[in-house]
Amino acid sequence: MALLDIRDLDLRIARGRELLPVVQGVSLAVEENETLGIVGESGCGKSLTALAIMGLLEGSVVRIAGGSVHFRGRDLLALSPDERRRVMGDQMAMIFQEPMTSLNPVYRVGDQIREAILQHRRMSRKQARDRALDLLELVRIPDPLRRIDSFPHQMSGGQRQRVMIAMALACDPKLLIADEPTTALDVTVQKEVLELMRSLQARNGMSIVLISHDLGVVSEICDKVAVMYRGKIVEQASTSTLFSNMSHPYTLGLLGSIPSTDHDVEWLDAIPGRVPTLDEAVPGCAFHPRCFAANESCRSADPSASAVSPAHIVRCHFPQGSSS
Amino acid sequence: MLNYALNRVLTLVPTLLAASFLVFMFIHLIPGDPASILLGDTATPEEVAELSRELGLDEPLWTQYVLWLGNVLQGDLGTSVFFREPVLSVIADGAETSVLLATMTMFWIVVFGVPIGIISAIRHGSWVDQATSGGAMLFASVPTFWLGLYLILIFSVGLGWFPSSGFPSLADEGGASNLRYLVLPSLTLAAPNAALIIRLIRASMLDVSREDHVRTARAKGLHPVRVAIRHVFRNALIAVSAAFGFTFAALVSEAVVTETVFSLPGIGRLVVQSILRRDYPVIQGVILIIVVFYMAINLLVDLAYASLDPRVSLK
Repeated sequence: MALLDIRDLDLRIARGRELLPVVQGVSLAVEENETLGIVGESGCGKSLTALAIMGLLEGSVVRIAGGSVHFRGRDLLALSPDERRRVMGDQMAMIFQEPMTSLNPVYRVGDQIREAILQHRRMSRKQARDRALDLLELVRIPDPLRRIDSFPHQMSGGQRQRVMIAMALACDPKLLIADEPTTALDVTVQKEVLELMRSLQARNGMSIVLISHDLGVVSEICDKVAVMYRGKIVEQASTSTLFSNMSHPYTLGLLGSIPSTDHDVEWLDAIPGRVPTLDEAVPGCAFHPRCFAANESCRSADPSASAVSPAHIVRCHFPQGSSS
Repeated sequence: MLNYALNRVLTLVPTLLAASFLVFMFIHLIPGDPASILLGDTATPEEVAELSRELGLDEPLWTQYVLWLGNVLQGDLGTSVFFREPVLSVIADGAETSVLLATMTMFWIVVFGVPIGIISAIRHGSWVDQATSGGAMLFASVPTFWLGLYLILIFSVGLGWFPSSGFPSLADEGGASNLRYLVLPSLTLAAPNAALIIRLIRASMLDVSREDHVRTARAKGLHPVRVAIRHVFRNALIAVSAAFGFTFAALVSEAVVTETVFSLPGIGRLVVQSILRRDYPVIQGVILIIVVFYMAINLLVDLAYASLDPRVSLK
């Protein structure tokens, strides 16, 4: 049984009287110790999916309209808010895209980590502080004994993200959800943070859901990848399969948009057009207005998900790799 | 921090000079002079001139100002024309009432305003929020003289729980129990001010609750009430602390209407009456002290900022 098993997740956003679909029929599974990458452009629904898994949509304009999220055999969507909170921050933790603003500016980082520990573990404040110190050491913050009493504004973005990771690991979660954890960081710091996440995963034995718009990052640390476009998963496969046999035109477009660091290119092969807004109805396949392979059938019928090979699912009328 | 405070006290000097000069000149623009008001309608011009000379009012304005300033620098604010008492002791009498009244008012604001503000922020959009917001608007709009009179009608005349007017000093007979004279006026003053604090706390908590670090707090699995108090309110307090300071300052110096309704010998009423009596030394003295008081509150607000927000450092 998978650690995390999402079936047909439907999310809708309240817009006036209407409920517009933002995530539709998303099914994902994450095994223990596995890393799943969810990739897509801004607004494709990947972050909302992450927030839905974590249980942070409550109080927002986004509603869960259907589906199930089974975590360690229990449907999280069926839990009471109290039961749900016992999972959050304990067996499941999350780090965010904005390290600069994700820590509370008025408390020392050590106290913020300690709060995460004491919420779920019975121990003295002294023990919790020692644990926080260990965590800071674990995420390789230099001079943790001094840093534990620093305020967030006294730290760099990379260090704050390390503190966020330390906080997320406070209770040794089985699942870490990382929503664009390196996007706001310098390239060199990005590498360090990814490296850190990978080593912590090996050490603690946890699964990771990594949300990213960057196929490069995903290819480096994920075991499998789901590509999302406009609220739906358009391609899903193991990382090696996906990169050797990309089938969805959108996935190919994403890969083409990565600037090469090996040689200079004048033009990036960016995907033409833009993601349609929520209230724009697109008949047929949501990607067809931007797709190089689109024809009449793409304009009229939305393709269903089909397996081009075992464990390689594509939502496209004309999957690329298999036919060529 | 100490350096900062010292610096601030030094900047007080030019501000005070400017304020005292302006006040001095403005007062003398008011038609009528203390001598003729003291002596009444029946006084002959000779008597008025005689008294003016006695009070030093026949000198040129510049000379009067410099003389006054010289005395102030030696700690002498002069003598009240009306009371024939040192200005300092006249102000001290009023200050006791005003500071106690303002303190009691702040007490009500904190006891009622803060929790209601927090609750309406936590339950924003619910009927609780609608009710408190509506109530706050109502209390913010009701004139204090109307509310004061109704409180007197109900709690003094009707129920006889509290006295309706006056305030004997705590040093007089009755001691601390004289504070009961301030209950109704402080409630009257608290109503509109608490309403504003409620709105302010609600608005700044809603602002803070949209910040990323609140999402982090929720992701830890904290109870929503803990998130609201420890994370949201604690940050909202930074913005609200300034309002507390200035509300207190205004309560001490500007509670004229309430002081009048309850016949309290406070600072606000002292200023207004002194202006009517053309009691120049008292007006000047009070305004000078109010300026110092406002600047002290300002300094306290800055110190509060620095202690509430670690990102602020005072230099």
